Amino acid sequence: MPSFLKEFFKRNGTGMGSLMLGLVLFWTVGLIILPQLSMLDFSFRPNLPPPEIGGPKDVYTLENYKYLIYGPEGGSQDYNAVDLKVFFRTLVAAVCVTVFNLILCYPIAYYLAQTKGNHIRIFALMLIIPYWINEILRAFALRIIFGETGVLNNMLVGLGVFDTPFDFIRNDIALYAGLGYAYILLMIFPIYNVIESLDRNQIEAARDMGASWPMIHRRVVIPYAKPGISSGCTMVFMLSAGALAAPQILGGPSSLWFTQLIYQQFNDNSDWPQGAAYAVVLLVTCILLVLAVMRLFKVNMGDIGK
Amino acid sequence: MSAGVGVDLENLWIRFGDFVAVRDANVNINGGDFFSFLGPSGCGKTTILRAVSGFLEPSDGRVLIGGNDMKGIGPNKRPTALIFQNLALFPLMKVWENITFSMEIKGASVRERRKRADELLDMIALPGQGDKLPSELSGGQRQRVAIARALCAEPDVLLLDEPLSALDLKLRQHMRTELREIQQRVGITFIYITHDQGEALTMSDSIAVMKAGVIDQIGNGKTIYNDPSTAFAASFVGENNVFRGKIKRIMGEEALIQTNRSGELVARISTANQGKMKEGDAAMMFIRPEAFALAPKGAKGTHFVTAKVNNEEFEGNVFNIFMEGDGGKELKVSIPNLGQSFEDHTGQNITLEYETKNAVIVPAGELAAE
Ligand SMILES: Nc1ncnc2c1ncn2[C@@H]1O[C@H](COP(=O)(O)OP(=O)(O)OP(=O)(O)O)[C@@H](O)[C@H]1O
Ligand SMILES: [Mg+2]
Repeated sequence: MPSFLKEFFKRNGTGMGSLMLGLVLFWTVGLIILPQLSMLDFSFRPNLPPPEIGGPKDVYTLENYKYLIYGPEGGSQDYNAVDLKVFFRTLVAAVCVTVFNLILCYPIAYYLAQTKGNHIRIFALMLIIPYWINEILRAFALRIIFGETGVLNNMLVGLGVFDTPFDFIRNDIALYAGLGYAYILLMIFPIYNVIESLDRNQIEAARDMGASWPMIHRRVVIPYAKPGISSGCTMVFMLSAGALAAPQILGGPSSLWFTQLIYQQFNDNSDWPQGAAYAVVLLVTCILLVLAVMRLFKVNMGDIGK
Repeated sequence: MSAGVGVDLENLWIRFGDFVAVRDANVNINGGDFFSFLGPSGCGKTTILRAVSGFLEPSDGRVLIGGNDMKGIGPNKRPTALIFQNLALFPLMKVWENITFSMEIKGASVRERRKRADELLDMIALPGQGDKLPSELSGGQRQRVAIARALCAEPDVLLLDEPLSALDLKLRQHMRTELREIQQRVGITFIYITHDQGEALTMSDSIAVMKAGVIDQIGNGKTIYNDPSTAFAASFVGENNVFRGKIKRIMGEEALIQTNRSGELVARISTANQGKMKEGDAAMMFIRPEAFALAPKGAKGTHFVTAKVNNEEFEGNVFNIFMEGDGGKELKVSIPNLGQSFEDHTGQNITLEYETKNAVIVPAGELAAE
């Protein structure tokens, strides 16, 4: 038995220790790893009617993955242009949402972390309370704001900015706003946490030596906040790329999110293997992208947990 | 040494809401001087330094550097460099980057910066350590890096906020000498903040003693030590014995004081209070432990003190005698150890004598907390 386990049992007793360990194992293995593995398994099998499952046709195959790239066999096009386009658009849009969120949240996090006083607590509360409202309601509320006869259009037309209402939904502006808004806290809090532990004297020392504010942020605050920035960005990126409700409610009729395709495969087409393959592709691509960006900015895996 | 840039505080007030952190401070610091603010924790030392460096605007009064009013000039535009109480080195930058950060701001090339860093590292006796991170240095080394970083900005005035407080005693004493040497070499004005009177006395050309936002006395170390102008200054700087009483008669520069416990004694009125004290005033007389000598038993007169010995200790260079003193405080006497025989007086009454010039009278006032 490794020493940390021995230590763990010594501290908690054999009974309690086994129970805790059992629950944790059940949680990670039973509820996360095994279902994901079975999804992975699904993704490599053909979609068969129940009687044929386990029969001679039930063999491992790459056809579900091929489908994403080449489309249906004997289809009119060389590539599955529709789905691939959705896939890449989703990734690009998720990156944009992440970058937009970072630009928006970094100043807020910095302000919250470096200012003292009671109003900061009220400020933080005002950020948190909207999250008591469930995701669907929040998304529909944004629809009310951004809709054709919504608050924003009424205002802009009333002010004479536009002659006719602007279609925020068709232009995906509502979607980006909704996604950005949905994950604001996940970006603010990790950054806030790190910056809060930054010694104010360091900022003052830089200032004392003549540094301008942009310089102070570039050389002192941002390098220090890097772990928080990377964990915020990772979470926002992963969750935006995997979001379903916001695209469903706020997306324009012609613009699908890749998760919606996955959903369709599972639900409308009852093609679980195909859905699983799409989901696996999305997951793996996102992970690779995150790892590549982390490498580019020299962030360690250990930093993310900070 | 008056080539450097001086700093003047004129009627400086700093308030935080209703709280007055600095009350009407007037200080003239000569260019090229090593000037210390000495006072207990919370008396407003850091606040004054922040006003000089530009992080705080005075509520009233002026800060002048080199004769120019600094009002409205930000910390990044003042010819000062501040060394923080906790140093505030940048943990993610290498030592050489830390030191030359002020050059990076001005857009100097890496080669220039490296060269300057090497010069400064030589000066602070850390050659070849430029590529380490601050966390890889010892406390004293970090200290020196902070000094080098401040000096690299070529300030006219270097401000130091208790920079030695985090170091252990040995290193602190070593760094005192080193700081003083660096100051004399670069020849710029140093404003040093400390609550350690030993530090202030050994390094400074001039000292301002502060108490709760008020500057009690300004003078060189000898003046502050030998000729304090307030009860606080007398009791805060070095060890001192207090005798409370009333002025009975003024005799030129000296006065006869009727003490509460030790009868009538004669002492010198401190210079700042000459001509300001009159008969009947509540007063305090201070005599340093080392200013006493043993006198023949029962000797009487206005420079003899008799009291009961509580206990004695041998400290090596001195014998310390602790006697019943005034107001519940023990009277401490230190007799130099010159190899003489020394009998134990515990429990007995003994008589001490002092020279009038070594006893000083100030108006009664608040004493420094132990
Ligand atoms: N920003 C502030 N707001 C309110 N009060 C403050 C502020 N800064 C300092 N003070 C108060 O002013 C007084 C002087 O503080 P200051 O930091 O100057 O003390 P100090 O002499 O440097 O003490 P130390 O030796 O402990 O560092 C303290 O009572 C402190 O509580
Ligand atoms: Mg202080």
